[in-house]
Amino acid sequence: MNRLKLPPWLVLLLPAIIILSAVVLIPLVLSLYSSFTSYRLTRPDSIFNWVGFFNYEKALTDVKFWAAFGRTVLLLTVALNLEMLFGLGLALMVSKVTQGQRLLRTMMMFPMMFSPILVGFQFKFIFNDNVGLVNNALQSLGITDQAIPWLVDGHLAMFSIIFAEIWTATSVFGILILAGLYAIPRDPLEAAKVDGCTAWQSFRYVTLPFLMPFIYIAMAIRSLDVARAYDIVQIMTNGGPARRTELLWTLIGRTGYVDARMGYANAMGYISIFLAIFFTIYFFKKLTQSRKELGMGA
Amino acid sequence: MAQVHLRDVVKKYGPLEVVHSINLDIADGEFVVLVGPSGCGKSTTLRMVAGLEGISGGQVKIGGRVVNDLPPRERNISMVFQNYALYPHMTVRENLGFSLKIAKQSQADIDKAVDEAAEILSLTPLMDRKPGALSGGQRQRVAMGRAIVRHPEVFLFDEPLSNLDAKLRTQMRVEIKKLHQKLKSTIIYVTHDQIEAMTLADRIVIMRDGHIEQVGTPLDVFENPVNTFVGTFIGSPPMNLLSGTVKGSSIEFEDGTLLPVPPGYEIADGQAVTFGVRADNIMPVGHALPRGEHMAEVEMAVDLTEPLGTETLLFATLAGTEVQAKMLNPRPVQSGERMTFQIMLDKCHLFDAETGATLRK
Repeated sequence: MNRLKLPPWLVLLLPAIIILSAVVLIPLVLSLYSSFTSYRLTRPDSIFNWVGFFNYEKALTDVKFWAAFGRTVLLLTVALNLEMLFGLGLALMVSKVTQGQRLLRTMMMFPMMFSPILVGFQFKFIFNDNVGLVNNALQSLGITDQAIPWLVDGHLAMFSIIFAEIWTATSVFGILILAGLYAIPRDPLEAAKVDGCTAWQSFRYVTLPFLMPFIYIAMAIRSLDVARAYDIVQIMTNGGPARRTELLWTLIGRTGYVDARMGYANAMGYISIFLAIFFTIYFFKKLTQSRKELGMGA
Repeated sequence: MAQVHLRDVVKKYGPLEVVHSINLDIADGEFVVLVGPSGCGKSTTLRMVAGLEGISGGQVKIGGRVVNDLPPRERNISMVFQNYALYPHMTVRENLGFSLKIAKQSQADIDKAVDEAAEILSLTPLMDRKPGALSGGQRQRVAMGRAIVRHPEVFLFDEPLSNLDAKLRTQMRVEIKKLHQKLKSTIIYVTHDQIEAMTLADRIVIMRDGHIEQVGTPLDVFENPVNTFVGTFIGSPPMNLLSGTVKGSSIEFEDGTLLPVPPGYEIADGQAVTFGVRADNIMPVGHALPRGEHMAEVEMAVDLTEPLGTETLLFATLAGTEVQAKMLNPRPVQSGERMTFQIMLDKCHLFDAETGATLRK
């Protein structure tokens, strides 16, 4: 009997190869392939209809796509920066707490424990123009007698979404920066005091450089998160009103599953991935650079 | 340059008092070393002078000015830390110039001061490196450079050499001493290493459990320890201590051995005493360098030897207590060999058996 002899390294790697191809490789190749077809979910045989780069050309010349792209970048920039600032502030304050700090740290994580879908529903209610908490509070305080259309006005809707994003994710920055604060050696801070630094100068010249690696790690994680933002927006505004809060993935989701144009949706998806990859690479570069500044790693 | 005065300085952490009413006057340009075992409050005292710890009671004066409530930056001091405490993200040049930059000095002034400090400490070739790329000794020099660029009134050193290896430590010790001679500034230096204290200090302050035990020149505290703690802490190997009772003009040890009372002591009959003798003053006959006029001889069996080259340390038993003796021009000694030792009584000490305080009047 002549049994097929596989080299041992291949045999050992085979389980990993099989699992990886089942969950990563095959879907990846299939979706990439389908982005070159006019594949529609309603007409399965259209998956064999090769259209070349048509979907990509269409996406790149589509105003709606670029509007969603721009909006996603805007959301990324604004939300990430504000989350970083708030998270930094939160971490600095929590690190000063001497009693009950553990409890506070746990409480800080609460927003992360909720499903984004539920957070979306919660903020949809909070910002509702008729029965929402915000309008109710504003009216009760006599600040306004109008029903402010938080989720209907284009700008306000974007603001509301950013607000919800910040509420859920500030603690990611908070926790990571807090970890960074704990890792700062005490000596350089004392040296800074003796060297004549005010509290602000100590923070600016000593604490902050030590925190930068932690900030960039948080940025890298969150940029991936926000670049694929879907759930909160889908629930709060469904990309509306009149597509004014349409982000990349709500657009792609709608194109793929509502309009059933999966080939086109996949093409847009592949373009969008580059956005996420770009931000990730950018923040990792920054991370490496800031670590190098501190003399950590190569 | 400035004097430093500590008046009844107390440090408390909650109900726990760790520094008990310390008084110390440090003259302008003096090199004072605070020495003691860990936990004796020496670093805390230094940090109170620096302004890194609050002062719970008493007064700290620098240059005639009470600084109790001033932040470190207004005290005109600089400090060298045990772990160097360099800013890892700054180059050597930036580290050196940082305090001047914070003080908003002009770039030209900063460069001048930094280059000068770099020159003194031979840091010039390292100026563009970051601390991560420096050896321990180089980092320590940068830390010292950072302290000297500001020309402070007082330098504070917090165990600056304890992270260095033995050879480098000896080398840096010399550099610190040279630096002091060059700058002629007031230095307060904390260490747990009595050799560092002896070699560097103009005056040594020996601390234990938050109290000052003795203040004096290195030779003074070595020759005239006020109690058994100072006697054993200063000097290496530590002073041998033997318990005995005064009988007339002799001291009787537990096993009946008799030694004359050292000259200069007048002690009542029957008083329990601790007899202190350093290894340098108990030497085998024929291998000794007699010091003083009063000698006594004892015979002891040698248990163990530690040859050091120019001398050999002998471990023997006298009156049931292990004592260390020194042998000059050493010859090989067998374990168990009985030898006659000379004790230079002029250099011996008597302490109160109970309090440990010296009985010298």
